[in-house]
Amino acid sequence: MTNVAIVGAAQTPYRRRRDDASLAELVHEVTVAALADAGLEMGDIDNIVTVSNDFWDGRTISSMAVMDASGSSYAGGKNVSTVEGDGTFGLFYGAMRILSGVYRTTLVVAHSKGSEGDPMMITNSMFDYIYTRPLGLEFISSCALQARRYMDKYGLTEADFALVSVKNRRNALRNPYAQLAGELTVEEVLASPVLADPLKRHDLSPISDGAAAVILADSPVALRLGRKPVWLKGGAFCSEDHFLGDRDLAEAPALREASRRAFEMAGVTDPFREIDVVELYDACSYMELLWLEEMGFCPRGEGGTLIRSGETAPEGSLPVNPSGGVLSAHAVLVAGLARVIEVVLQLRGEAGPRQLGPKPVELGLAHGINGPCGQSHCVLVLGA
Amino acid sequence: MPEEEAVIYRGRIRMPYTWAVGETGSFFLTQLRDHARIWGTRCPQCRRTMVPPRRNCPRCLAKTHWLQLEPRGSLVTYTVVHYRHRIHPPQEPLIYGVIKLEGADTGLTHLLGEVDPADLRPGLLLEAVFKEPEQRRGHILDILYFRPREVTGS
Amino acid sequence: MAQRVAIIGFGQTRHRSRRDDVNGVELIQEAVRAALEDADLTLDQIDAMIIGNMDHFEGVNYVDTWSVDGTGAYMKPLLKLTTGGTTGTTLGIAGYHFVASGLFDTVLVVGWEKNSESDTTGAIITCSDPIFDRFSFSGALPGLAVEASAYMKAYGITQEDAARVTVRDRRHGANNPYAHLRTPVTVEEVMNSPMLSWPVKLLDICPRTDGAAAVIFAGERKARRLAPQPAWVIATSVRHDYAYFHDIDYTRMHTIEGAAKELYQYVGIKEPLKELDVIELYQPYSFAGLKWIEALGLCPPGESPRLLWDGVTDMGGELPINPSGGVICTNCIGATGLLRIGEAALQVMGRAEGRQVPNVNLALATGFGGAFWSDMMLLGRRPW
Repeated sequence: MTNVAIVGAAQTPYRRRRDDASLAELVHEVTVAALADAGLEMGDIDNIVTVSNDFWDGRTISSMAVMDASGSSYAGGKNVSTVEGDGTFGLFYGAMRILSGVYRTTLVVAHSKGSEGDPMMITNSMFDYIYTRPLGLEFISSCALQARRYMDKYGLTEADFALVSVKNRRNALRNPYAQLAGELTVEEVLASPVLADPLKRHDLSPISDGAAAVILADSPVALRLGRKPVWLKGGAFCSEDHFLGDRDLAEAPALREASRRAFEMAGVTDPFREIDVVELYDACSYMELLWLEEMGFCPRGEGGTLIRSGETAPEGSLPVNPSGGVLSAHAVLVAGLARVIEVVLQLRGEAGPRQLGPKPVELGLAHGINGPCGQSHCVLVLGA
Repeated sequence: MPEEEAVIYRGRIRMPYTWAVGETGSFFLTQLRDHARIWGTRCPQCRRTMVPPRRNCPRCLAKTHWLQLEPRGSLVTYTVVHYRHRIHPPQEPLIYGVIKLEGADTGLTHLLGEVDPADLRPGLLLEAVFKEPEQRRGHILDILYFRPREVTGS
Repeated sequence: MAQRVAIIGFGQTRHRSRRDDVNGVELIQEAVRAALEDADLTLDQIDAMIIGNMDHFEGVNYVDTWSVDGTGAYMKPLLKLTTGGTTGTTLGIAGYHFVASGLFDTVLVVGWEKNSESDTTGAIITCSDPIFDRFSFSGALPGLAVEASAYMKAYGITQEDAARVTVRDRRHGANNPYAHLRTPVTVEEVMNSPMLSWPVKLLDICPRTDGAAAVIFAGERKARRLAPQPAWVIATSVRHDYAYFHDIDYTRMHTIEGAAKELYQYVGIKEPLKELDVIELYQPYSFAGLKWIEALGLCPPGESPRLLWDGVTDMGGELPINPSGGVICTNCIGATGLLRIGEAALQVMGRAEGRQVPNVNLALATGFGGAFWSDMMLLGRRPW
């Protein structure tokens, strides 16, 4: 699959609150910036995929808020669709609308303001209302169940997880879009307040406001534009069971399957050697290790060994989340699209202070999740 | 131009819901209420016994049948929650666990009680503690929590 | 386009005002089982799934991951789309792109709603902008009533004219064993029904329904092998514009005009009244059955009452509209647009039984939602 390219990308800085701009204004900001990045005008865009969530926005038909801002009514109107899920899923659907031969340029734009709702109630609402929701389970406590199971099954430690927070928050120092950045020590992570053990404050991603936009184009359009396109070489998504008790939370078979399909499509046979950068959805520290295992970058249960080896640091052989990852900025839905954009910037050599090198970045992986404890995964392989 | 002021609107969606549990789940919940019994559903084709109950097998769509489970099992994973929000049940300490009931192939997520958090470990044997009969209302919280089970004999 | 696409299976629940015997997941599974049975497929032959509804009608966040036990999407690619009333057509259009992209060969699409479980109006109110629109244009009725009165004034349309639309659809609904409302009504009964928001009366408007629909899309080779007469997807078009209800020009239905123009140009349709064989119109209230068919180009503005009174759009007429009874008889909102697509497909496949229109070559399905948005899918007996 090499007929779809990313030709434009833009994101807002991620901040705890963006009281200065409405959701539509955030979307407008990144739409205009992505068009400028691509060297295109709204008239060149023939279809739009917006990404939003009615719970996070506190609004039924949340996409209504951003229709004008995303250009849907421009010049007699455009063909629009709306994905409710992580931005990676929105991007993948946007790519399919080009692969179908129906459209040639898709704008994918996602927004979220974690600051405006109640994340506890919103994430509690993702659980079934009969058996699980009344228990009060939400994002943090359900992830804690997963982290504990992962530790118990494979012998990982809280210090292993802490190393992820240390690495990613340090990486974020070089990313002006990140919200949380700093030099943490393992001891500081371990000593941070326990929220739901084994997860502590510094194991968790922040609540963020932000938006991101990506412009996709078919190869004739992409090649006509002056800028070097980034090609979507492979992509897949997959879901597993909903009830936490139906799953072995120390494993992510859906991610394993999505990675297998995406690598197969991209012709990747040895991901550790072939992939130059990974931007994955580390909503909690432990996720980076679990997801890396299931993507096939190391044997199952060896995520701790991998982070301790230093190979996933920016100067290592497999840099993971050089942007600081979701641990440093977590605008829900937007975060996966931010992963895509970070990989695009690395592939273009435009990542500024966080640019990897000196070896050129040629192949990258971007990843997003939906549902409790990474029930559903999307894996995208991007190449220069 | 005066300094910009950010006006914040406060809103709240107040939405009453009446969720139909369905015939299958209604049997499960009324059995909890009336008899303090926990039932699982078993897929005759996949030979998987599932709790919470499923009317049809999620894998092959076959109609499941009922299988009564013992109200006891072992701990798969757990967490002690150190924050409180109004979505949480009144429980101190607040501990969640996934419990594999004897005879079931899946785990049930629920609360743990009468346990020192320091004693929590995977594989811990547990039993269900039900609310008093007059307090039960056909709800998943008719099970008050699971607590460590004394194991006697060899 | 990687491959042509056809609908090869359609399943729906028996629609009712309440389905207390099943929960949402079980309701979804009923439609999935019916569609699989209809196409003579098993779950393992489905490559990907797409689901949609409107979140606040059931209060479930991330419906895709919550409903996996119902859709059977375990270890399958799974996507959630939502666009308000247009959700069902948005879903169908996605099913088309999924298959046309060549990435998937057999895709199952599910739309559903259990409107009995919440306050439908209470939920719809929240689609309006919280700051500028919600205090005035709240709920589904005000926009429709404003549209109806503006239309009546412009063209001298009477309430009796609109009543004739309800009479037609309720008569058609009696032929559909799945319809929610199956008893015919008279013009007098419509006129005497309680006034809700002038000029819209109780019998002018759709009911609230519990129901689900599932449609299976397949690639060309599979479609020819599996279905004696597939319903080929010829083209789709979408217009979702506006962020505000107060922006809308209520004297026209220009999202239908725009979407229809795009569709007709693509196919070369010049006289839709003559060239189309049947329409399943997403018509949430009776007045739309007049004004919106003018927007579709079936007759000049203001002249639709003649088509209605002359029986042109009745079963047996030149262009039957809503043989299923349409939205006036059944409105499980997230499923409603997909029911239009499924019913149109049945017409093309010649399998609509008691509601079959003879010799359907071209069938048009439409969707309506959001801030007067429109979707369209044209199905035909031969691939385009």
